Amino acid sequence: MKADVSQAALPDLARIVDANRRTDLIMAGIGISVLIVAMSLLAAVVIDLIVGGWPRLINPDFYLNFPSRHPLQAGILTAWVGTILVMFVTACIAIPLGVGAGVYLEEYAARNWITDFIEINVSNLAGVPSIIYGLLALGLFIHGFGLGETILTAGLVLALLILPVIIVATREAIRGIPLDLREAAYGLGADKWQTVRLYVLPAARPGILTGTIVGLARAIGEAAPVITIGALTFIAFLPPSPLQAHPPFINFEWLESPFTIMPIQMFNWVSRPQAEFHINAAAAGVILMLMTLAMNGVAIWLRYRLRRQVR
Amino acid sequence: MNFTKPFIMTAIALTVTASLSTVSARELVKVDGSSTVFPITEAMAEEFQKAERGKTMVVVGISGTGGGFKKFCRGETHISDASRPIKESEAKLCRENRIDYIELPVALDALTVVVHPKNDWVDHLTVEELKKAWEPAAQGKVTNWNQIRSSFPDRPLKLFGPGTDSGTYDYFVEAVIKGKSSRGDFTASEDDNVLVQGVANDINAMGFFGLAYYEENKGKLKAVPISWKGGTPVGPSVENAKNATYQPLSRPIFVYVNKGAADKKPHVQRFMEFYLNNEHAQTLVREVGYVPLPAKAYDMALDKFTKRLTGTVFHGAEVGVGIEDLLARAPR
Repeated sequence: MKADVSQAALPDLARIVDANRRTDLIMAGIGISVLIVAMSLLAAVVIDLIVGGWPRLINPDFYLNFPSRHPLQAGILTAWVGTILVMFVTACIAIPLGVGAGVYLEEYAARNWITDFIEINVSNLAGVPSIIYGLLALGLFIHGFGLGETILTAGLVLALLILPVIIVATREAIRGIPLDLREAAYGLGADKWQTVRLYVLPAARPGILTGTIVGLARAIGEAAPVITIGALTFIAFLPPSPLQAHPPFINFEWLESPFTIMPIQMFNWVSRPQAEFHINAAAAGVILMLMTLAMNGVAIWLRYRLRRQVR
Repeated sequence: MNFTKPFIMTAIALTVTASLSTVSARELVKVDGSSTVFPITEAMAEEFQKAERGKTMVVVGISGTGGGFKKFCRGETHISDASRPIKESEAKLCRENRIDYIELPVALDALTVVVHPKNDWVDHLTVEELKKAWEPAAQGKVTNWNQIRSSFPDRPLKLFGPGTDSGTYDYFVEAVIKGKSSRGDFTASEDDNVLVQGVANDINAMGFFGLAYYEENKGKLKAVPISWKGGTPVGPSVENAKNATYQPLSRPIFVYVNKGAADKKPHVQRFMEFYLNNEHAQTLVREVGYVPLPAKAYDMALDKFTKRLTGTVFHGAEVGVGIEDLLARAPR
């Protein structure tokens, strides 16, 4: 009797297993094809840009020349220097503020309606169109605080833009830390700040870093808010060097300098009638992508090193 | 990562910035405004900086004509690029902030109506026919070429034009429809190269944009001669725009100069003298794809600048006015 049942059930079981295997296979197939579509679109864009911009990419003048009305003499010197300086300011402002806010909301904030309200708003801010930040900065930083149309203002507006991303990433990363770690720290007599500083934050660093890079990668490609606050399109001089030969050896005059950035230069070239300018635009696009890639590379390397340290 | 380091650096940066005086040793000419005028100002800036041997720097932004005037009328820029005359609301803002401006035409743009090169039925269009195709009443109704002229074939009509906040659109609508807006059901793009692609790939298409975009894509497009007030049809070209026969679609483009800045800052004055110099203008304006004014017009403009005649000569929107007539007018 018993044997009969198992014999009767076996083919059913095999059928179920087979069906499930098939479903797995189909899902994997769908997943792979979606991945292939996405990757080939990306590859097509990258290859198209590289092929289109190749004559300019291999020309060192392109990296060392100022903008010009002659497409062949026009370069991206002011643009890439501007982008690097603006991104530096953005990172210096957005990371401490974003991580600080994330830690507060996750570790210290009382669970009440005010915190809920702040949380909802932070999530909403992540979806606000970037031009709105540009208008806010125009009113607040330029007309309100009188900071002018400078690298500092651009860094501030892009920092505001990516703050929500960093805050959310920090909170997610902290939430992912096992409770055991905190309890062990408390058990050893650490107070809250010591626990957060010495155990929670170091363990959360990889996640925070990833969020930060996602934010910075968004900021590096933004043109609209930076045009709104008065970034230039033609500028043929560099900001003053941050390093100088006489004490105190560093200066901050560059923060007040007028500037341009890569996406604006690209935008301008794309919309010109002459086809030669479109080559420049493609080349600038490749460089912008390489800059993003380099930033990602640094983050991956840092994360790898930090992971080993934590262990 | 040590999170205290960036903190301290930011703090230092902010303190030092706050305490620094904002005086820069460099002599700066600040220009902002229309992206249509940008290529001309860029070319002028490039050559002027060379001529000044690095003593003076010119910076140029592209906030758009409206955005440029907002800054200009707050006194934040010295010169404003404009693809249309200043509006009454903008002039009011300037008055409120006691900014006197000198209005100077610097070049012409010939708005070019284009069709697909294989389009063999259009040899010319009258302004009335353009109006039939583009007026607001045509929305959803005029959808076929034979509704524009009965001899045209029975083919669907596909329209392409610049975005509604561009100066090019404003001028076209003003010149053709004599109103503020056109029909809404056409393919609009802020990027004229997209319009070029659109018309070049559709045999039933009609579109319009600046002459430079047609000249760079002559093989892919066919320009349509335009007949105005029953006259003989005239094709868009540098010559026809310059001698004022290509009407009403030739439009002047401008720069506005802050009179106070021109008076007090010799480098702003030097830049404008360079800009309006007939020799520079004839070569540089042509080089970047626009139509230079007649030689006499640059002399008149320079004279107007030297005499510091402020205000605008435009009383509301106008089309088809000769450039020398404009310059001879007494500004308000």
